[in-house]
Amino acid sequence: MNPNVKFKSGAMTPFQARRRWLTAFAAGAGGLALAGCDKAVNNPRIDATLRSAEKLTFASQRLILDHQPLAKEYGERDLSPVFRANGSMMPASKEYARLLQGGFVDFRLQVDGLVQRPQALSLAQLKTMKARTQITRHDCVEGWSAIGKWQGVPLAQVLDLAGLKPGARYVIFHCADNLGESADDSGLYYESIDLLDAYHPQTILAYGMNGKDLPVAHGAPLRLRIERQLGYKQAKYVNRIEVVDAYSHLNGGKGGFWEDRGYEWYAGI
Amino acid sequence: MTTARMPSGTFRRRAAAPPRQLVPRHSALVRITHWVNVFCFSLLLMTGAQIFNAHPRLYWGEYGADNDHAWLSVDSLQSSGHWRGAVHLGSLTFESTGLLGASNENGALAPRGFPAWLTVPSYQDLAAGRRWHFFFAWLFAINGAVYLVGGLVKRHFGRDLLPTRAELAPAHLVREVVDHAKLDFPKGEAARRYNVLQKLTYMAVAFVLLPLMVLTGLTMSPGLDSAFHILLDVFGGRPSARSIHFICASLLVAFVVVHVLMVLVSGVWNNLRSMITGRYAIELDGDPR
Repeated sequence: MNPNVKFKSGAMTPFQARRRWLTAFAAGAGGLALAGCDKAVNNPRIDATLRSAEKLTFASQRLILDHQPLAKEYGERDLSPVFRANGSMMPASKEYARLLQGGFVDFRLQVDGLVQRPQALSLAQLKTMKARTQITRHDCVEGWSAIGKWQGVPLAQVLDLAGLKPGARYVIFHCADNLGESADDSGLYYESIDLLDAYHPQTILAYGMNGKDLPVAHGAPLRLRIERQLGYKQAKYVNRIEVVDAYSHLNGGKGGFWEDRGYEWYAGI
Repeated sequence: MTTARMPSGTFRRRAAAPPRQLVPRHSALVRITHWVNVFCFSLLLMTGAQIFNAHPRLYWGEYGADNDHAWLSVDSLQSSGHWRGAVHLGSLTFESTGLLGASNENGALAPRGFPAWLTVPSYQDLAAGRRWHFFFAWLFAINGAVYLVGGLVKRHFGRDLLPTRAELAPAHLVREVVDHAKLDFPKGEAARRYNVLQKLTYMAVAFVLLPLMVLTGLTMSPGLDSAFHILLDVFGGRPSARSIHFICASLLVAFVVVHVLMVLVSGVWNNLRSMITGRYAIELDGDPR
């Protein structure tokens, strides 16, 4: 082929064309990366696509965790010298102040929803039930970890005491702290887990920490420990357990305080 | 120059240069996985910086939080109303205002680990950073699996990456290092293959650094830790895994810097074309065909 015929004066040669294309491609990719990312983050369709990976993560972890393996348990010598407290440090309500003043003698854990026998359990009653003690690692979503010793009653025992009704799928934990600092109840902390995690042997309602009563900063008198998920699932100041078939009617509808603020419902990663 | 006005000037000038030949350089597998990797790595790095900013401290061991000793921390300090950044590495302290610890956010210095231009999203949003990070981590891992399986099946590793015994001889390695330092790159027939420094570097990236990124990333998942306690035993704890994740990411950034620099100085268009179309031009030095 005679190149003189195909490429007239001023026209680009294949090499020049390819260079120009490559330059435009590189500039476009760079510009997109720098300017477009914030826009992409706020694009609902892109967000929905990215959220599909959460389902993939959940499904694959469920496959791996189906046989209910235990989270690693540590020894006394592995305990964090200082266990960082996070989130609410002291619920602001008058009711909580009253209960704290009375040493939580008047505290009752409500168990209701899709259960055969709704319960109102005192701390003393919970302490007469068979307890479990575990030294485990607490992993915050921010990236820090702390090791603590927890003593409490396995959630499975409490659920069995109340007896699940058909259709029960999730357990909601209602808390006394208003982390959202709202005027109404919409800022109250809450969390939800499904029954597989609820019946895991290490899922306990802890009333003791590092050999003492659970401190206020760590959720006195009762907090959830669900050892295979991140810190924000470990609801503090739990005062009501509600068994439900769905959680979409609650507050933001995402199943938890932080979930309503963008975090994953399944926090095993 | 008289040829400049001629209709086929480019071709004439090319004809005056040493004869060149386009040879197949990169397989479709390598090209596709390379660019998917570029895309994933860029986003993983920037969303990773966003996640790091939520707690810009790194520890060794099974636990690590604010009261524990951090081997690396990016601190934001406030003095007389102004934010100041400082990096602590072991017992060393570096002033880092403007880049790390305190950098520009909406026209004023704000407390943040990595600066806004290095994170996705640019503003602080851990939840979004995590969502993006995990999505592209999946893509990155699937892409890596395709590369590893494809590379084995098509014998890419054995043929292109594994150095020969002669290439590993100390004298040869020294000569390659000296040639590289002088920016004297292989020509002609020798340019058809990766040189030994490329082979060793690409193997370290593909078989050591990138797998370590995946494994230390998985170790940070409390769910996976309960299924595979061995991850914690191998890396020495979740905080250690997070530190190794950070170190490997830093080494990958160092690799990318040198890699891009080498691409630029050893013929940027030829290199780019070979990674897009697969064809690489080699000069047939004094070897008329």
